[in-house]
Amino acid sequence: MNMKIKGPAIKFGNNIDTDVILPGKYLILVDPYELAKHALESLDTSFPEKAKNGIILVGGKNFGCGSSREQAPLALKYAGVKCVLAESFARIFFRNAINIGLPVIECKGISAAVETGDELAVDFEAGKIENISKGKKFQVDKLPPFIIEILVDGGLIENLRGRLSKK
Amino acid sequence: MNITEKILAKASGKDVVHPGEIVDANVDMIMVHDLTGPLAVEAFKKIGVQKVWDNKKAVVVLDHQVPAESVKAAELHKTMRQFAKDQKLQIYDIGRGGICHQVMPEKGHVVPGTVIVGADSHTCTYGAFGAFATGIGSTEAAAVFATGKIWLKVPEAVKIKVTGQFQKFVTPKDLILSIIGRMSVDGAIYESAEFTGPTIEGMSIAGRMTLCNMAVEMGAKNGIIEPDETTRNFLEGRVKTLPNFDSLKSDKDAHYARTVKFNVSTMEPQIACPSSVDNVKPVSKVGTVPIEQAFIGSCTNGRIEDLRLAAQVLKGKLVKDGVRALVIPASQEVYKQALNEGLIEIFSDAGAIVCGSACGPCLGGHIGLLAAGEACVSTSNRNFIGRMGSTQASVYLASPATVAASAVTGQITDPRTIEAKT
Repeated sequence: MNMKIKGPAIKFGNNIDTDVILPGKYLILVDPYELAKHALESLDTSFPEKAKNGIILVGGKNFGCGSSREQAPLALKYAGVKCVLAESFARIFFRNAINIGLPVIECKGISAAVETGDELAVDFEAGKIENISKGKKFQVDKLPPFIIEILVDGGLIENLRGRLSKK
Repeated sequence: MNITEKILAKASGKDVVHPGEIVDANVDMIMVHDLTGPLAVEAFKKIGVQKVWDNKKAVVVLDHQVPAESVKAAELHKTMRQFAKDQKLQIYDIGRGGICHQVMPEKGHVVPGTVIVGADSHTCTYGAFGAFATGIGSTEAAAVFATGKIWLKVPEAVKIKVTGQFQKFVTPKDLILSIIGRMSVDGAIYESAEFTGPTIEGMSIAGRMTLCNMAVEMGAKNGIIEPDETTRNFLEGRVKTLPNFDSLKSDKDAHYARTVKFNVSTMEPQIACPSSVDNVKPVSKVGTVPIEQAFIGSCTNGRIEDLRLAAQVLKGKLVKDGVRALVIPASQEVYKQALNEGLIEIFSDAGAIVCGSACGPCLGGHIGLLAAGEACVSTSNRNFIGRMGSTQASVYLASPATVAASAVTGQITDPRTIEAKT
C-alpha cells in the first residue's frame, strides 16, 4: 500500500463501538462490499455514500470498542476509508485493522484539531499527520517496523505468506 | 512479575518480561465460532499452509446464529463443520455445546497458566481460571492456525482489589458494572485487569467468570484471577492434568500501574443504562422505566448460579403481561442441570420462554430482537446503540436477580423490593 495518504476527513466522537460500525445482524454477510453498504449506518445512513471516493476517518477515544468482529474494519475499508486516526483505539479493532491492511494511527489531540470536511495528509512511515485546511501538524510515534511491514504488504496474510516462503 | 507477566514470559521462552515489551508467544489454545470462523478459514486458505499447526489446540464452537436462522447462516455453519472435519478439530455443534465461553472451560479446554486466544472479544472470560486469554480477529486467528504463535505487547496491569460481603440480591454482575461505571469504558484500555482480594477469593467460578468476561468492556486486554482451590474444584475431572498453581501467583513486589479498591458490603444492585456500559447507576435510582423484554442468559450470566437466582425471584410469580422473558442456559450442561433442579419448570410456569443454549439476543443477530421504542433489561454485556435490534431500542444491563424482578413488575425493579421464595 501507499504509505502517504491524502483525503477529506469525516469525524465521529468517543467510543465508536463495533456494533455501530457494523451491526451484528449483518455478520452473516461474507462479501466485503455488502458489509460496506452498512458501515456506520446506525450513526449516519449516508456514510457509505460520503465515503465512497476515499476519506480519512477521525475518531475520539477508544475507537472500535466492543466486539472482535473483523467485519467492522472490513466494512470501513471497503466503504472507502483509507485510514483511521483516533485519540486511542480498542486493541482488537487496532490489530484487526492492521491485519486487513487498513492503516490506523493513534494521535493525541487529533479529534479537537479536525472538522468533517478538512483535507488531511498522513505519512505513516514518518509518523506525520497534517490538517492541510487548518494548517495544523502532528508528529506521532511511529508504528513498530513489523507492523509497517504488514501494512506495506497489504495485510497479515500477505505478510505471513511472504515470511513463510522465505523460510 | 504479576500473573499475566509470568504467563507471557513462559509462553515466549523468557525469564522476565516488562510492560510495553512485544513478545512472540506460543498459543496453547485457539477458539473460533460461527461468525468469526468462516473469515478465518478463508484467510487460512490464502496463507498456503495445509494443516493447522496443532489440531489438539484449536476448537470450533457454533453458538452465535444457532440453530441457523437463514440460509446464509447455514452456509457459515457448513463451512465450519467442513473445516473442523478436514483439520480434525474438536467442534461443538448445535445441541452439543452452547456458548463458546461456557463450553471451553466446561469441556476442559481452559488450563490455568496457558495462553488462549479466541476470535471473540469475550475470550477474556477464561482469565477466571488463571489463564491469559484475549480476543483476536479472524485474520489473526488464521495466522495462529498456521503458526501457533501470536505477537503480544505485555500489558501494564491494574490491580482491582475487592473486599466486603455481598448483600442479598447483590452479585458479581453488580460489582463489575460498578467497576466499569467508575473506571469508564476505556478505563483499562490495553491493560491487564487483575481481580484480587478476599471477596474474589470467596467468589464462585461463575462469579469470577462474570467479572473477567466484562473486563473487555473497560478496554482491558485480559481479566485475570489467580487460580486456587475453587479453580481446582471446577477443573478437576475436566482438564487432564492441572499445573502447579504456585507459579501462577503474582509476586508480592509485582508491578502495577495502579490499584483501585472496591468494597461490596454497601453496594446496591447496579444497572448500565443506554447506550454505554459505563452509564451505571444503582437500580434504585433509575426511576420508572417500563420494559418490553427481559433476557437472562449470555456468556456473562447464563450459568446455573445465575438461573438459580432468577428462578428464586420468579418462583410462583408471573411475568407481567406485555413483557416477554427469555431464558437461555449458557450450555447444554447448564440446561440439563437447570432441568434436573426444576428451574426450567419454574421459568415455564412464570411465562418465560426457555431457548436452546446459544448467544441469543445478546448481539442482535438472531432471536429476541427489539423493535423501535422498546426497552430490554438484560444480563448480557453490551448496551450499544442497535446492539439488540432497532437503533431506536434501549438496552439496560443488570444482574439475573434484577432482570427477573423487572420481568415480574414490567419495569426496571430493584430485586430487594420484591418478595422471593427461597
